[in-house]
Amino acid sequence: MTELIFFINQVVISGVVLGSIYALGAIGITLIFGILRFAHFAHGDMMTMGAFIAFLLALAAAALGIVTPVPTGFLVLPIAMVIAAVLALGIDKGFYAPLRARGAKPVTLLIASIGVTLMIQGLIRLFFGAGTYSFFENEPKEIIRIDTSAIGSTRPLVFTEPQLLMVIVTIAAVVALHLFLTRSRLGKAMRAMADNADLAQVSGINTALVVRVTWIIAGALACAAGTMLALDVTLKPDLAFNIVLPIFAAAIVGGLGQAYGAIAGGFLIGFAETLAVFNWTMVLRPLNAVLPEWLQLPSTLALVPTEYKLTVAFVILVVTLLVRPTGIFKGAST
Amino acid sequence: MIRRSLTLFFGLFVLILAVGWALGAPFTSSRLVEAAAYALIAMGLNIQWGYGGLFNFGIMGFMMLGGFAVTFISYPVNAQFWAGDGPWMLGRALIAFGAGALLVITARQSKKLGISGGWHVAVTVLAWFIAYCLYRSQLDPAAAYIESAAGGGWVGGLGAHPVLGWLFGGVLAAGVAFIVGKICLGLRTDYLAIATIGISEIIRALIKNMDWLTRGTLTVSPIPWPVPQPQAYQAAGNDLATSLILARGGFLVLVLLVLAIAFFLIQRAYGGPWGRMMRAIRDNHVSAASMGKNVTARQLEIFVFGSVLMGIGGAILVSFVQIQDPSSYQPINHTFLIWVMVIVGGAGNNWGALLGAVLIYFIWMISEPLARSIFDVVSAWSTNVGWGPIPEIESRSAQMRVFVLGLVISISLRFAPKGLLPETIRREA
Repeated sequence: MTELIFFINQVVISGVVLGSIYALGAIGITLIFGILRFAHFAHGDMMTMGAFIAFLLALAAAALGIVTPVPTGFLVLPIAMVIAAVLALGIDKGFYAPLRARGAKPVTLLIASIGVTLMIQGLIRLFFGAGTYSFFENEPKEIIRIDTSAIGSTRPLVFTEPQLLMVIVTIAAVVALHLFLTRSRLGKAMRAMADNADLAQVSGINTALVVRVTWIIAGALACAAGTMLALDVTLKPDLAFNIVLPIFAAAIVGGLGQAYGAIAGGFLIGFAETLAVFNWTMVLRPLNAVLPEWLQLPSTLALVPTEYKLTVAFVILVVTLLVRPTGIFKGAST
Repeated sequence: MIRRSLTLFFGLFVLILAVGWALGAPFTSSRLVEAAAYALIAMGLNIQWGYGGLFNFGIMGFMMLGGFAVTFISYPVNAQFWAGDGPWMLGRALIAFGAGALLVITARQSKKLGISGGWHVAVTVLAWFIAYCLYRSQLDPAAAYIESAAGGGWVGGLGAHPVLGWLFGGVLAAGVAFIVGKICLGLRTDYLAIATIGISEIIRALIKNMDWLTRGTLTVSPIPWPVPQPQAYQAAGNDLATSLILARGGFLVLVLLVLAIAFFLIQRAYGGPWGRMMRAIRDNHVSAASMGKNVTARQLEIFVFGSVLMGIGGAILVSFVQIQDPSSYQPINHTFLIWVMVIVGGAGNNWGALLGAVLIYFIWMISEPLARSIFDVVSAWSTNVGWGPIPEIESRSAQMRVFVLGLVISISLRFAPKGLLPETIRREA
């Protein structure tokens, strides 16, 4: 039983946490692709930007002496999401809308998003330097231990309070998004435009409004994902650059343009990464008692060494592109 | 058009002179060598993107391959490695690799034995898994042994001439580009971008972590120069500044020679039937295919050619700075910088790529000292007003260039989407 609890601590919990972050980021990428038909490379930096906005708000809250039972990072998250959504609208207005008005090809927009990435990253580094920051400098990161001796385990089930809240926030965001896409008029308009933009326009859908709503959702979710990543690990200016590629992998594996696919893809990539670097010897150790001498398990039995963790996402991505280029759920194609 | 080119190149010349005047000739001469190497890489991208319309975001990976190649070829031989068991163990790992590859190929052919459908997939996956385990079982002990003191620490180099290393960089990049192209070129533009960026990250992870082969983050230096070094000129009785300029000048001449050969060849190729065919494929691959052109094979060809130039350019850069440091490679400094060069210069026009490469490299390099002087002024002002000085001016101004790069590409896309020197298509009357 100890082994099972260990497995849950090491794989299930971190897989769920990583998967939630990937899923929230991938939803934004996939929505932007579905509506605007370009791969938005600046999404990782929008996540970092959102995390830094939340960080500043948390600092302000601490300075004002606001103390709550939940970590301050989660308290300020809604406000940070609103600010991030407004900034996302501004970025679209300033950099992408003029190109779209000129009728630029999706590839041009992709290159423009690289420019936006560089500018956001430059600005963040200009103001925050290259150091690391933590949301938990002034308050403790509460660790929850659940005693599992009742089922015969010597180890407790361990996770942190932010991790628990993170999963709750993700579930809330996904449910809200689902209701929005299926129940509201605007959400239906969005799906219609993702399916066929021209047809949506001639049937009287306000496409400009749909584009704005897309940026609001994408910006807010990116902010949530970035803040949660910063709450789980630490806040760094290059926080999301490493993560933008797994997120793209998640969006493509799920099928670009498919919101539900992005969620599935996010969790798939999150679990694949944690499983690939998991040391199986820790779980299979009891087998050593029954196995013969020459077949003893080595001390490390991970599928890939830890330093190659990030490449797992790319390998999955490349295999998906080769075997099923449209993703698990059939993606939009241009 | 000619007039515009001449004006722009003259402006660039004035900019270089101004930089040389402000920051000194030794600084400018080494920036010029690097700019020439970047120009070679930008031309590689110009072939892929400008001629062929292929979206390669994996430039960093090919540059790293070039850097590894020149290190491997030109660094002195590590006698301890060759004396130990290392070569034999690596040989076994190679045999295991070959056996694994054979296994995978056999499994893929298992359809001919009547195994089909789900079974075929299962057999293929199983074969991949067994091949991977086989290879790891041989490679891991070999790597551990070589990295230990008895194995010599790492493989070392071959001690050959650096120019051979540049060539090998091109060959290695071509080999990898062939495999990558075979896998990815069927993909749509944005998928290709993400696939290539993923592959370049995989190459980076490999080169960074295969300590037995590349020494990883421990870095390798000094890598020999193909031309006499400043120390040689100093020994001959010149003072430091003169010998720096002479040595770097010698290197610059060699790089310019490589650049000129590459430029001549690709310019000729652009004007010839091959170039016209490539433009036809880029502009409308469906109609090109209907005219009997083998689109996939031609795209693979152009992907490989472009990557060769990237590999050579990466090799030149490493042998110039004399240090192979895998952690210094960043997508921003390598992949995206080169994209900005080609977009700003003018995709499809080699003169444009050349102009863009040198111009952007100099903007990239001078934005740091420029930002620092601006910060100094602002800091002095804010101290006077009573707000105190700006903290960490050094590191902040180093980051300014990333912002400047983003600003340059945004402005360029908005106001000169075809670049400073747009592609001119000659029409036969």
